[in-house]
Amino acid sequence: MNTPSNARSEIPNESKPAAPAATSPTRPFYWSVRRELWENRSIYMAPLIAAGVVLFGFAISAIGMPDRRRATLLLDPVQQRARIEIPYDVVAMMLMLTAFLVGVFYCLDALHGERRDRSILFWKSLPVSDLTTVLAKAIIPLVVLPLLTFAIIEATHFTTMLISTAVLLPSGLGSTTWTILPFFQMSVILIYGLVTMALWQAPLFGWLLLVSGWARRATFLWAVLPWLAVCAVEKIAFNTSYFAFMLGHRVTGSFEEAFVVVKYPHGAVVSMVDRLTQLDPVKFLSSPGLWIGLAFAAAFLTAAVRLRRYRGSL
Amino acid sequence: MACIEARGLRKAFGPTIALDGVDLRVEEGRILGLIGPNGAGKTTALDAVLGLTSYEGELKVLGRNPWTERDQLMRDVCFIADVAVLPRWMRVSQMLDYVAGVHPRFDRAKAEGFLAKTEIKRTSKIRQLSKGMVAQLHLALVMAIDAKLLVLDEPTLGLDILYRKQFYDSLLNDYFDGSRTIVVTTHQVEEIQDVLTDLMFIDRGRIVLECSMEEFESRYAEVMVNPEHVDAARALKPIYERQVFGRSILLFDNVDRQQLAAIGDVRTPSIADLFVAMMGAEGEQRTEGKGQSEGTQGAAT
Repeated sequence: MNTPSNARSEIPNESKPAAPAATSPTRPFYWSVRRELWENRSIYMAPLIAAGVVLFGFAISAIGMPDRRRATLLLDPVQQRARIEIPYDVVAMMLMLTAFLVGVFYCLDALHGERRDRSILFWKSLPVSDLTTVLAKAIIPLVVLPLLTFAIIEATHFTTMLISTAVLLPSGLGSTTWTILPFFQMSVILIYGLVTMALWQAPLFGWLLLVSGWARRATFLWAVLPWLAVCAVEKIAFNTSYFAFMLGHRVTGSFEEAFVVVKYPHGAVVSMVDRLTQLDPVKFLSSPGLWIGLAFAAAFLTAAVRLRRYRGSL
Repeated sequence: MACIEARGLRKAFGPTIALDGVDLRVEEGRILGLIGPNGAGKTTALDAVLGLTSYEGELKVLGRNPWTERDQLMRDVCFIADVAVLPRWMRVSQMLDYVAGVHPRFDRAKAEGFLAKTEIKRTSKIRQLSKGMVAQLHLALVMAIDAKLLVLDEPTLGLDILYRKQFYDSLLNDYFDGSRTIVVTTHQVEEIQDVLTDLMFIDRGRIVLECSMEEFESRYAEVMVNPEHVDAARALKPIYERQVFGRSILLFDNVDRQQLAAIGDVRTPSIADLFVAMMGAEGEQRTEGKGQSEGTQGAAT
């Protein structure tokens, strides 16, 4: 069909277009992450809406704020701060919870949606490896969402402070928010808390991604029911709940792992961090639970990468 | 170097065999039509070439193993599987940004040029485009990629005749330059007859015919025979016979043209006629071993 001379003459031509092919491997990764943000606008819309709702609530609470602030200022400094900080903590909690839910549902759909709508055939027709694709999806709950949550919480806190300043200004209390609340300290605690939480929850998101790449349908059930089954078997067979405790600790435990926590007299943990001295990265990094979790996360993601090669459209 | 080289390519889905030891060699610069009935193994063969499915046997595409090196291979290979695969949520502008971002051989200006000739708006989402426009968009993307191999699996399925014609016209005029290789499967055989340089029939996981179009034209002849010559014509062992308006049309394989000219009007058959002739004969065997062949038909469509 093709003469040898013909084939030989094409060799010099071939070497030229090969040159631009050697672009940096981070480029497909960068564009894959952007692609995820285009497709899943809930990643930033949901936290933004949550922030809007919280701000709306705060704006309503501004009625009567001067009187409450005067009452607060009569308390001792620790209680003053605790009282003023409440809405700021609520903002942080609400947005972290929203981001967590967004992350869970994003992961459950990430490798399933592309198979369901058959666009996986298109994605696979481009020179993007399965590793790049899976990592670009994993980076969303592990890096993008925490950073985004941090930025939105900071912006919301700042707006909240501006609102309270504006409301309190006529009564001459405008500066009290700024003198009592340590904005910088709060930011450091927040970003530390978000980073440690992402690392602690990494295996959870890895598992969800794996299930979304594996299950043909009902990804949520496949992700949750096997673990519930283990809990049930343990409870019935041994009447213990270690496994359930372990799972719960994996979801919410990063707080206890990463901070020096204060205990109430009856043993429960005070869910409050207000001093930088409570940050304990050494304890966190030396916790075997962290490293075991990260190993599981790596294993789940490796399996998801392998699986994507075998899985076509549904 | 051959563009595609396969030896003993095999693929089974459970008990059904989609590819049954296929040997295949496609040289550079060819336009190969892969024709076969539903479930013959065409899509499975193409999936193997594109690294979308695992297989047994040896397969090299542009010197690479498609199963383990899909991402590198896709720098030089493009494919349009079916118009439905473009992500419906994406905007046309995002599509251009993304492909330009991940594909080192994508020429964005070229793609914009192709799109300018269409009605497609840059701000539209793909779900808002008609089926024909989606095909135009996909073709514009693919034609702007400087690839060595283009694989088309039923690229014009569900398109109206205008879009289908336009599709192959732009492919030939704006894309094919003699050094690229194109592999196409379609059921609309008559539309690609003039486009192809090579032809391959596949049935039940096996290649049943493999020839260049020159060979096809010299080897196969169709003769419209008047009733008085029918017996003489049958003596020359036609591979297929059909009746049209009371005249017999006989299809011959490798019979001297002068001999044929004596019994009627000789012309080159269409691919579709040869396909019907070969698959029709197979079809008779097919109905004998029905249980088996039904299993094969179900697979790999």
